[in-house]
Amino acid sequence: MSSYGITEFAAYLPMKGLQRASIFDAVGWAQGGLKAYARGTRSYAEWDEDAITMAVAACRNLASDSMSFAAQGQFCFASTTAPFLDRQNATVIATALNLPAGVHGYDVAGGQRAALAPLMTACRQGAGDIMVAAADKRPCKPASVMEMLSGDGAVALRLGAGDCLVELVDCEAVHADMVDHYRTSATGADYVFEDRWVRDEGVSKLVPQAVLPLLARHGLKGADLSHFILATPNTSHARALVTALGLNKDALADPLFDNIGHVGAAHPLLMLVNILETKAEAGQWIMLTGFGQGVDAVLLRVGQKLSAYKPRRSLAQQTADIKPESNYLKYLSAAGGIDLDWGMRAERDNRTAQTVAYNKSQDLYGFVGGACSACGTAQYPKSRRCVNPNCGALDTQEPYHFSTRSGKVKSFTEDWLAFTRSPPHLYGNISFDGGGNIFMEMAGFAPGELKIGSAVEMQFRIKDIDTQRGFHRYFWKAIPKRRD
Amino acid sequence: MAEGIKDKVAIIGMGCSKFGERWDARPEDLVTEAFEEAIADAGIEKDQIEAGWFGVFFDEQNVGKSAYPLSQYLRLPNIPVTRVENLCATGTEALRGAVYAVAAGACDIALAMGTEKLKDTGFSGLPERTKGTFEDLYQPGFTAPGAFAQLGAAYAAKYQLEMSELKRAMAHISWKSHENGAINPKAHLQSRLTIEQILDAPTIAYPLGVFDCCGVSDGAACAIVARPEIAKSLVGDNYVTVKAMQLAPSNGVEMGHQSWDGASTITTRRASQRAYAEAGISDPRKDISMTEVHDCFSITELVLMEDLWLSDDGRAVHDILDGRFDAAGDIPCQIDGGLKCFGHPIGASGLRMTYEIYLQLLGRAAERQLKDPKFGLAHNLGGIPNRNVAAVSIFGLND
Repeated sequence: MSSYGITEFAAYLPMKGLQRASIFDAVGWAQGGLKAYARGTRSYAEWDEDAITMAVAACRNLASDSMSFAAQGQFCFASTTAPFLDRQNATVIATALNLPAGVHGYDVAGGQRAALAPLMTACRQGAGDIMVAAADKRPCKPASVMEMLSGDGAVALRLGAGDCLVELVDCEAVHADMVDHYRTSATGADYVFEDRWVRDEGVSKLVPQAVLPLLARHGLKGADLSHFILATPNTSHARALVTALGLNKDALADPLFDNIGHVGAAHPLLMLVNILETKAEAGQWIMLTGFGQGVDAVLLRVGQKLSAYKPRRSLAQQTADIKPESNYLKYLSAAGGIDLDWGMRAERDNRTAQTVAYNKSQDLYGFVGGACSACGTAQYPKSRRCVNPNCGALDTQEPYHFSTRSGKVKSFTEDWLAFTRSPPHLYGNISFDGGGNIFMEMAGFAPGELKIGSAVEMQFRIKDIDTQRGFHRYFWKAIPKRRD
Repeated sequence: MAEGIKDKVAIIGMGCSKFGERWDARPEDLVTEAFEEAIADAGIEKDQIEAGWFGVFFDEQNVGKSAYPLSQYLRLPNIPVTRVENLCATGTEALRGAVYAVAAGACDIALAMGTEKLKDTGFSGLPERTKGTFEDLYQPGFTAPGAFAQLGAAYAAKYQLEMSELKRAMAHISWKSHENGAINPKAHLQSRLTIEQILDAPTIAYPLGVFDCCGVSDGAACAIVARPEIAKSLVGDNYVTVKAMQLAPSNGVEMGHQSWDGASTITTRRASQRAYAEAGISDPRKDISMTEVHDCFSITELVLMEDLWLSDDGRAVHDILDGRFDAAGDIPCQIDGGLKCFGHPIGASGLRMTYEIYLQLLGRAAERQLKDPKFGLAHNLGGIPNRNVAAVSIFGLND
């Protein structure tokens, strides 16, 4: 069957989940009504993760290597919390993924339908190979409902022609400027309007305007849909559509509230990934919708190959691996919601020499070192002369990718003196499988967990924040090896 | 093989300021304090000095760049002065500059001065510094204790030691240095500690506790050097001679090659081999009477005993616990209290170590005096185990 659609998918969840009961314990005195949500956990990203780093991680969870991506493909980054307003975020991600230089990257933002935009466009206008990464780390005011409902995470898809996992059949859109919530640089966090109004006047009336004609065009009824995805933060909205659309109740997709929460613009795709991993069967119809100032609806049909596909790391596994956190202030600090006094060491000037960062962008963001063509020694950074004391050859180093390599801890410390927003600061020497030694920072190990010989893999993270100039820079950190 | 500098240069006078939290003093005061002692010791006039080397490490505070401050503080008669900086070997580098100038015959009498004013940072520990515009973008944001703590984890793993065993030997190192420092009036920390106090101290960077770390202090030290025949005419037999000065910087192997095990310092091994050869010492365990090594952290001193060939590999823990490097042991280490009790005003440290060896060789070390020392070894390790500069100097009697 020749078709166009999803050829790969993967999700990324940060390692930690805040128990919602601990949010209530901390702020319930101020907002007693939050008790209604005080169950389960919400995923949250550490201080050194943002929408960019999570998008990179999701793309790296795709089954195939990003370096194999089509040279003339497109890369789309969708987020409402992209770290840079004017510096193409997609290019940072594409560099970290070592995508071919000819790939056309672009950012999509501006609302909760952002991640569906490349799917809608591909559906209507046709397209070649597209990689989509959607991620959000939503800023939430302490004690807000959104703090309870949100989570942090990312999703990556690859779209293309051929024997797809899931076919993009058709789509429909409706635009309507209903301000259910908004966020501006001035508000900083979401300003949210009454939920019942959004449900009754928004979801209930607008979603059918997109979904019903789409179903009719293909001779389908609501009951023909095996899976219906509506990704609004409030999980009751989808239930309001059962009657209007004639859905089977069990077709409503799991909103993933219990363990994750609503991951913003990435949430429709996260719910889709969950269905594809756990429930979808060949031949089934899926309706994927996005809601926000209108509706996007995409009709999908599951192909035969789905059952054979495995992302490198499944959403189910990542969900199971979430480490529960009960310290609300730890979460709040990681989320940027509280500015602790980190002492004078935090005053270090982290000004970035952009000239150097640009010269070395492949080295730094792509994590490309050198392999000596004379002796084979892998090394980082790439240098003019080989580091092997028995070689030392000049200008023999070929690009060598460390981002996909695992390694073992040769030495480490848990440093309680050094400045980090997540003490203790972890760093040490990593001996890479296949060669190379790098003295680098680590993340994701609890105090006492790191050992000599611990197996690690690489993850793209924020390295330093330049608080004086509002800039931050990225590099790679060694995290516990945990790929499936 | 070059013939080296053995016995070509004499140290004819030395001075060392009181080390400590010198809230009362500016670098000018520290330098003057050390210099006045040294020039009185040498019995020469200031105008007889023909060139000077000035070791200061931090640009971020202290005296700024260049050796101009030395010329200004001492009102030197416009003689050439040169600032040197080579991490924690900075003080030794100042001395090496002066020694080489005299050995080369470029001048008859030269001055080496080092100082650092660390206590203007506003917090405990060293000021933050850049590692280079590229290096800052990927190297970890480490502290000195965290970078040296790596040696502990790697050493314990290499020799399959329980961390508690290693920590006991590390505690012995700090205990011993405090015992020595307690009777040295120029030391910053002149207190004794118990092994239990050391072991129970809060962790700074695993596996290092507070008392595994050297002090942070202000200080200055200096040496006046001359050709031996001039020395004799000026101070009689009251001088020591330089037997060897060797330096070995990392070349990137520790940072980037798997051949380094993370439990030793390659550079110290190289520098000390060359220094023993230059000094004509074939059996350092027999010939070296005392050492002043770079005990920035207890674990550093522990691995250095092996790197300086004073313990067999894997045996340092036992040798330390057996007291071989205590004041009454075979080869006393840090008889003055070391960096542990003096603190580490970086530009001064190498010269402070030399000062103690000078006093010991001339029999002027008061309560700390060792019996008939013949050769003293000073060692600095600048930087961190992953990227460093090792300096090894050997001084001996003038016969």
